[in-house]
Order: sequence, then structure tokens, then C-alpha cells
Amino acid sequence: MLMSLRHKMPEQTPDERRKNFKEVTLGYTADIAKAEADRCLQCKTAPCRQGCPVEVNIPAFIKHLREDRPDQAVAEIKQKNNLPAVCGRVCPQEHQCEKLCVLAKKGQPVAIGRLERFAADYGLSCDCEPREVGAEPLGKVAIIGAGPAGLTAAGDLACLGYDVTVFEALHEPGGVLMYGIPEFRLPKSIVRKEIDGLKQLGVTIEVNAIAGKTFTIDELFEEEGFEAVFIGTGAGLPHFMDIPGENLNGVYSANEFLTRVNLMKAYQFPQSGTPVHIGKNVAVVGAGNVAMDSARTALRLGAENVYIVYRRSEAEIPARAEELEHAKEEGVQFHLLTAPVRIMGSEKGWVSGLECIRMELGEPDKSGRRRPIPVEGSEYTLDVDAVVMAIGQGPNPLVQHTTPGLEVNKNGNIIANEAGFTSKEGVFAGGDIVTGAATVILAMGAGKKAAVAIHQFLQEKHAVKE
Amino acid sequence: MYVIEKTEELSQGVKSFIVKAPRIAKKCQPGQFIILRTDEDGERIPLTIADFNRETGTITLIFQEVGCSTRQLGRLQAGQAILDVAGPLGNASHIDKFGTVVCIGGGIGVAPVYPIARAYREAGNKVVSIIGARNESLLILEKEMAAVSDILHVTTDDGSKGHKGMVIDPLKSMIAAGEKIDLVIAIGPVVMMRGVAEVTRPYGIKTIVSLNPIMVDGTGMCGGCRVSVGNTNKFACVDGPEFDAHQVDFTGLMARQRMYLEHEKEERKCGGECSCH
Ligand SMILES: Cc1cc2nc3c(=O)[nH]c(=O)nc-3n(C[C@H](O)[C@H](O)[C@H](O)COP(=O)(O)OP(=O)(O)OC[C@H]3O[C@@H](n4cnc5c(N)ncnc54)[C@H](O)[C@@H]3O)c2cc1C
Ligand SMILES: Cc1cc2nc3c(=O)[nH]c(=O)nc-3n(C[C@H](O)[C@H](O)[C@H](O)COP(=O)(O)OP(=O)(O)OC[C@H]3O[C@@H](n4cnc5c(N)ncnc54)[C@H](O)[C@@H]3O)c2cc1C
Ligand code: SF4
Ligand code: SF4
Ligand code: FES
Repeated sequence: MLMSLRHKMPEQTPDERRKNFKEVTLGYTADIAKAEADRCLQCKTAPCRQGCPVEVNIPAFIKHLREDRPDQAVAEIKQKNNLPAVCGRVCPQEHQCEKLCVLAKKGQPVAIGRLERFAADYGLSCDCEPREVGAEPLGKVAIIGAGPAGLTAAGDLACLGYDVTVFEALHEPGGVLMYGIPEFRLPKSIVRKEIDGLKQLGVTIEVNAIAGKTFTIDELFEEEGFEAVFIGTGAGLPHFMDIPGENLNGVYSANEFLTRVNLMKAYQFPQSGTPVHIGKNVAVVGAGNVAMDSARTALRLGAENVYIVYRRSEAEIPARAEELEHAKEEGVQFHLLTAPVRIMGSEKGWVSGLECIRMELGEPDKSGRRRPIPVEGSEYTLDVDAVVMAIGQGPNPLVQHTTPGLEVNKNGNIIANEAGFTSKEGVFAGGDIVTGAATVILAMGAGKKAAVAIHQFLQEKHAVKE
Repeated sequence: MYVIEKTEELSQGVKSFIVKAPRIAKKCQPGQFIILRTDEDGERIPLTIADFNRETGTITLIFQEVGCSTRQLGRLQAGQAILDVAGPLGNASHIDKFGTVVCIGGGIGVAPVYPIARAYREAGNKVVSIIGARNESLLILEKEMAAVSDILHVTTDDGSKGHKGMVIDPLKSMIAAGEKIDLVIAIGPVVMMRGVAEVTRPYGIKTIVSLNPIMVDGTGMCGGCRVSVGNTNKFACVDGPEFDAHQVDFTGLMARQRMYLEHEKEERKCGGECSCH
């Protein structure tokens, strides 16, 4: 039988999109979605499901799409995944659901992510009724951090009947979805819509509320009557390389660069109050999603040359396949097997160049990837006036340092088991703060599990009391 | 929304706001700051908590209208509200009984020095304060500082009030007279703080400065506030804002503060009296 090809998703042309912040991919039309859904073989064993960290019932939702029931498709997905419009856009599908699709062997897996996105954008988004006005809540739960982990836990707990308050340090909820991932990849209106949905469920969101500063976890229990706390504070602490010149003007952490542009709308400066320095030639160090986002943002701000500097080879690039491809199409230039050695500066303290050294791949290291080794004497200089460091983030220690009894590992991540229990009674944790920087869907999965665990914990606690 | 209960003009271009922020007022300590955003398009700017009242749930902010964001803030009236106020941020001053503590405030820096001086006095220290400004009309909190200090020196660049000269002059005189100084706190423009650090360094007098690099989140998330202290990078918002003055790379701090100078000019161009919002 002749294999049918995956349907492409319409998108802005590279020339067009590198000048604007609008979403790059435009989503399937109803016709394309139907045709793509028809490609699914409805496998009984559904291997694709095992690839999804939250085990979305993929064949079932695709069947609904085939039979023109997008609303039911969304309801099916939402059984497992509260933010399908987000995950359909940002999941690394090629390593997850689509990787295990039986059609993947021929290189043409069903476009599960695109279908999920189609269903979510098309269908209605509410999947449970708000608690009735006046109905007694099952208990009072605090969520720290309004990223995907916290928002998911909040939604599930609200559906179960809890009185939920989310405390967020920044002035907007959403976590990385709001301050990190750019508008052209994940429109902020989608994130806001999801958050509005939570508010309709009765979830209170308190912004400008920094756990460990504005209040402590113990105070939430002792003074504010919360019975359980979920910590989903993410991996927000930027890493630098500790090479000379990193404090020069024009050197940003990816967090700062992206926050200025996404959260603070620096691309609209001076209409928005926050400026950002746009180099003419920009080097972005790293090759994950964060690096691709930074590079493509720099292009859109008007940089003429944008370089990705990465010490391993293309095979090891951790970014989503789609982002890598988009970055190439838009003209991002790749300096692979290259590591920065120092940042050169002008008299006035501005970046004037990036000295790099070429690398070659040696024996595999702990991560199983071949270790890059510097090639002696291969130094060269990239002519750049801005550098963005996108080499990873660690856990922010504010909560850990102010919560006695909460155990952390040697990296500073909170220790929690699969279900989300930490070493401190009544305190649960999940997402990047536990695993280290990972993915949206894993953070949501952790939020879901913690909601179940919190429900169980509080029911048992209340039962003992009665 | 954080309602402004009272506004006052302390001197030309320097305003004091009393703002309702119960959670912050309950928790804050001398030396800490907040980050605010006046409206949807506003920048996040840090301001020190100059005073607080736990009963009324209010904090006092004292700021100088230097650019777009602070001027925009200054246009707000009592009864109006600030969109976002987050805090208290940074570490509290390490208040203890040291003996003689010299508290130095330059320009707007007097505002953050005030609650710190008061706390040192309450902890039983002898507090000698030195406050300075370019001229008399720019001098703030003189009465308040006098009330919390054993001795208060006032300096102005032009001699219009007190000693003609800089805040480091009375400090130098104290050292020359052989007075015992156990601790110096200096807050003000970077050049002033560097000046103080250079005066005390040869004598090994412990000196603390409160740094004010450009910030975004104030929670350790962006790294924009990094300064080199003792040759390692610190994030001023979470590791500071107070640091050992003799370890700080003031030159680097000054360069980083100027990062958006060109942008700020552009911002001001875009409509005379800051109508860019
Ligand atoms: C630029 C970028 C691009 C990415 N692209 C992708 C992608 O394409 N696909 C993908 O799957 N993943 C991607 N990721 C990773 C993904 O976004 C994260 O794994 C995910 O957001 C983690 O969710 P979280 O809820 O654990 O934490 P976060 O999303 O980090 O949210 C944590 C929230 O907690 C708040 N907070 C922190 N400390 C406190 C405190 N003390 N008190 C109150 N609130 C606090 C923070 O302000 C934040 O809002 C990307 C990450 C970045 C930075
Ligand atoms: C921890 C901390 C506490 C502070 N406390 C106070 C306070 O109590 N009262 C007060 O008036 N100011 C305080 N500042 C400084 C205040 O944040 C800046 O004056 C303000 O951000 C300037 O914003 P703007 O848009 O009005 O001016 P801009 O247009 O951004 O800048 C105007 C001028 O001020 C300089 N500038 C910008 N940011 C800073 C900064 N962070 N420090 C020094 N100079 C700067 C610019 O280079 C420019 O010359 C504090 C800063 C920090 C980091
Ligand atoms: S949530 Fe992510 S991994 Fe799961 S089915 Fe959807 S796109 Fe695939
Ligand atoms: S493995 Fe592929 S073809 Fe089979 S059910 Fe899943 S998506 Fe459909
Ligand atoms: S202001 Fe962002 S880390 Fe300090």
C-alpha cells in the first residue's frame, strides 16, 4: 500500500515572518485536519499513547476529529491534558507521541501535535463546571508559581471542589509560557484564555506574590488557613559560563532577553516602557529551545546576523525539530562544534566580539553524548555586539531557603516522589523545580499527579479528624 | 492595584508616596525594596522601602523623577493606584549593636538610609549621620534624620546649607580626629559610594553599600542586576542589595547602569514631557 504523507501546516513564509512577532505556523484548516485524521490507523494497542507523558487517548480524540466532533475531541484530550492548545504547539512530539506512532517507521507519523492544536483551537475549552455558588469547598490549597505545573494542579483541584489560590511572583501568570516562549511560537492570547478558564472555575490568582519574600510556606499554613501547598516554581535561575567579559553591556541571559521582549513587550519600545539592546550581530550560546527562541527573537528585532554557537554537532541539538528547521529557514547561522572562550569589550564597556574555539567530538560522556574537546589553536573571533547566554537554568532557591524541613538535592532541586510528596508534610512539588529544566507536558503531568495526591492527602486528613 | 494614600513633594523632583500594600508592610525590614509597574505598558522599576507602618498596612516610597518611569509615577495623585507592587525584595540590613555607626546618604540615597539609621539607633548604636545634596533645595529628610541620629552632618556641593563640599568630608574629619568608627553605611550615587569605600579602605573600617543596578524581576530570574563582588558575580536583587564596599567593582556597576542611556534619550524625545505612555 502506498504510504500517505503527513499534511504540512500552513505557515508564514520565512521572509515575511522574520519581520513580525505573529505566530509562524497558522494551524490546520478543517479540511486538512480531517484528511490528516484519516491517516490514523486507529491501532488497538495505540503505541503513540505510550510516548505521551500524560497518556492522552490519541486514537480516541483523532476519531472524534474524523467524525467532525472537535468539541468531543477536546474533551477527550482534556481528560489528561489541561492545556492542549499549548502542548499541541510546544511539545517535542518527535521524541514523544509521534515517535512511537506506527507510521513513524516510514518517517511519516500522524501529525498528532498539529491535530491536538487544531482540536484545542477549534473546540470549546471548559471541561468541568465551576463549583456552585455557596457550595462548601473541600479544603483550601495554595499553589506557588503560575507555570504549567501550578496551573494544571490548580485546575484539577478546582474541578475536584477545592478553594484554590495561585501565588505568582511576576505581574502575570503563565510562567515560561508567558515570559519565555515568544509570541510567534505561542500567542499570549492562548495562554490568557487558559488562565481565564481557571478563573471561571473559581481559582484565585494573586500576582506580585513571592513565596519566600512576601510570605513563607509556613505562614500559609499557620496564618492563612491553607491545608496543602503545591510548589511549581520552575527552573528560573539563569546560568552563565564564567568566561571573561560576561558582565559587559550587551550580554544577556536568555531569561532577561526574552523577559524584556515577551513579558515587558520591549519590541514595542518606546510605547512600552522597557528597552532592549538589539545588536547588529548577535551570538546566542546554546542550541535548545531557549536558544532558538532567543535567536529568532533577535532576528525579528532587526539584527542583521544571528549566530547560534553550540559546542556539539547538529545531531545533539536539543531543540524541537520544528524550531530548528524554522530557525534555519529564517536565516539563523549555525556555528556548530564551537565554544565561546571570552567576550571582548570596547572601552566603554560594550560587547565588541566573541572569541570562539572549535571543538571535536570525543568519547561519550555521562549523558551518552560524545564529549566535545577543544581543538588547540583553532580560536577565531565572531564580530558581534550582543551575546545571549542560553546554556540552561537552575532552580531558584527562594522557597527552599525559607522553608525549613523541605529537602533539596545537590543541585538545589526540591526532592519529591512520583506523586509529588516532598519531605515536608502537606507540601507537594512538581515541574522544573523538581526535575530541572524539562518540558511543558512533563510539568503539567506532575501538576496532575500532585492534584490527585493532594486530594488523597486531604481526604485522609479530614477523615481522621471526623 | 495598590492605592496611593498620600503624596508629598519633598524637594524639587523628589516625591514621597504612602502606598497601601498590606502584605509587604507586614513583612518588610530596613534595607529591602519593592518593584513596581505603574500601568500595563510600564517598566518594572525598583524603589527602596523608605518607611512602613504595619498597623495601617502602608509603605513609604521616596523617589526622584529622573526618567520616564519615575516621572510617570510622579504624576499619580492620592486616591489613584499603582498597578503592580512586588516585594519586599532583597535582604534586610544586618542590624546589630556594633558601637559607632556612620550612616551616609547622598541625594535620593538619604531615603533608604533613613530606616537603616533608625534601626541602628534602636539597636543601641551611636549613630553619626552624614547627608548631602547638590544644594539646599534638593536636601531631603533632614528633620527625620536628625531625630534618629546622635550627630547629624549636612553637606551641600554649593554650600547653600551646612558644610560646603561632599559627604566624605565629615567622614574624613572623623577619621583624622581619631574617632572610633565600627561600621559605615553609604547609599547614594555610585561615585559617592566608591568615594566612601576609598576613604575607609586604608583604615580597614567595615563599609556597607547598597547597590542599585538596573533590574527586571528582582527575584533572581534574569541576572540583569549582576555585579562583580570580590571577583564573583552576585545578583544584587537576591544576594544584596547591600554588599561589602571594599569588594565591589564600582566601575563595572557604573558601566552597566548606563546600558540604556541611548534608549532613554529616545524615550524622552518621543513626546517632550514624557508623553510616551
Ligand atoms: C525560552 C523557553 C522555551 C521553551 N520551549 C519549550 C518547548 O518548546 N516545549 C516544551 O515542552 N518546553 C519548553 N520549555 C520548557 C518549559 O517551558 C518548562 O519546562 C515548563 O514551563 C516548566 O513548567 P513549570 O510550571 O515547572 O515552571 P515555569 O513555567 O518556570 O513556571 C514557574 C512559575 O513560578 C513563578 N515563581 C518562581 N518562584 C516563585 C516564588 N518564589 N513565588 C511565587 N512564584 C514563583 C515563576 O515566576 C513562574 O511563573 C521552554 C523553556 C524556555 C525558558
Ligand atoms: C534596589 C534599588 C533601590 C532603589 N531605590 C530607589 C529609591 O528609593 N528612590 C529612587 O528615586 N530611586 C531608587 N532606585 C533607582 C530607581 O530604580 C531608578 O531611578 C529608576 O528605575 C529610573 O527609572 P526611569 O525610567 O525614571 O529613569 P530612566 O530613564 O530609566 O533613567 C534615568 C537616569 O537614571 C539612570 N538610572 C536608571 N536606572 C537606574 C538605577 N537602577 N540606578 C541608578 N540610576 C539609574 C539612567 O542611567 C539615567 O541616567 C533604586 C534602584 C535599585 C536597584
Ligand atoms: S500532550 Fe504532547 S506528547 Fe501528548 S499527545 Fe499531545 S502533543 Fe503528543
Ligand atoms: S500509533 Fe499512529 S496510527 Fe496508530 S493510533 Fe496512534 S496515531 Fe494512529
Ligand atoms: S533583577 Fe533579575 S536577577 Fe536580579
